[in-house]
Amino acid sequence: MNKPDHDHHHHGSATHSLLPSDPALRVKAIETILLEKGLVDPDALDALIDTFQNKVGPRNGAQAVAKAWTDPEFKAWLLDDASAALSSLGFTGMQGEHMVAVENTEAVHNMVVCTLCSCYPWPVLGLPPQWYKSEAYRSRVVIEPRAVLEEFGVSLPEGTEIRVWDSTAEIRYLVIPMQLEGTEGLNEAELAERVSRDSMVGAAL
Amino acid sequence: MNSIHDMGGMHGFGAIPIDENEPVFHDEWEGKTVAMRIAMNAWRKWNIDMARHTVERFSPGEYLGMSYYERWITSLADMLVEADLVSLAEIANGRAGPGEKQTPPLTADAVPVMIKNGRPSARELDISARFQVGAAVRTNTDNPTGHTRLPRYARGRTGEIVICHGAHVFPDASAHGGGDAPQHLYAVRFSARELWGNSAEPKNSVILDLWESYLNNA
Repeated sequence: MNKPDHDHHHHGSATHSLLPSDPALRVKAIETILLEKGLVDPDALDALIDTFQNKVGPRNGAQAVAKAWTDPEFKAWLLDDASAALSSLGFTGMQGEHMVAVENTEAVHNMVVCTLCSCYPWPVLGLPPQWYKSEAYRSRVVIEPRAVLEEFGVSLPEGTEIRVWDSTAEIRYLVIPMQLEGTEGLNEAELAERVSRDSMVGAAL
Repeated sequence: MNSIHDMGGMHGFGAIPIDENEPVFHDEWEGKTVAMRIAMNAWRKWNIDMARHTVERFSPGEYLGMSYYERWITSLADMLVEADLVSLAEIANGRAGPGEKQTPPLTADAVPVMIKNGRPSARELDISARFQVGAAVRTNTDNPTGHTRLPRYARGRTGEIVICHGAHVFPDASAHGGGDAPQHLYAVRFSARELWGNSAEPKNSVILDLWESYLNNA
């Protein structure tokens, strides 16, 4: 079914050639089989979709960053034991079981990638955006981080050191961006509004 | 394995596709895909390393020809068949064959707990860590044909241990039914020039999380 012959050398290809090629139909076919066999509960599927659509997302990470900006003790905890510090805010679990926070400064800018797949800290940032999962970002950020940043509209001073964290294990990284200029005096909730998703991956300031 | 998924440092993929108004799911089927993947994990027929390796075994052409969630749904189909939860005939028909209806292990009310608990990869290990922070290490040059988390661009390179993460499940074993086989895991920092040569900026670096058996004294 629209599958080139060379696929047949590969494990699983018998399955692939039997599936509808349109992704929506492919998903529908699998869903029908799983529901008819009683392998998944339709209400559990709805609850999972609702979780990722509405409950986890970058607002969680922004809350943690804003707290770090206003509370030096929390920031020290976040840098020392991010899993525990984030857990204290309720941000823990699937794809964020083991967290490390890295801090941007005038001297050092951190970025996060998963060159091998798409590892991303779900409890604090939600599911990853398209760009994070793209071949372009995964291939390029490790070899030309400054050029990648330019595409995001970020021009760092020439002397800034760039550290790229490739998430090759189950450790998930959260970037603590530098507090934005002109936000002094804002409270934690107001600051959280200013923290962008991309800044917590290191792709924005 | 040296397949297309290992793309760090490759050229030719063009500009980063940035969409500032991206929805969580572009289409209903994407959300369904994520939900089915997670719900099926509750059967505990496979682990995250097996799931990743299933995608890695797609041919490069197939991998690049699919969107991200197409890879997810297609690899789910592979795993369902390999785990004997679904037959090839059922895949071909798009319907369940004859047989008693089963009871799903994950119900809606258990979803928040499942998400909250996750599946930690940290394990207790009696063996002490071979390397300490600051140690110089050199990575293996092997080319495993199975699952590995040492990307090609970081093989045979010298770096410095910057974090000891404790012991974690070893994916190279776990992906192939070898159990947890925990090993100490380290964040290892490599200078950009060590990885990419003299055209790289001298101060920059890349840090990877690497298991002890990937590493040697430098």
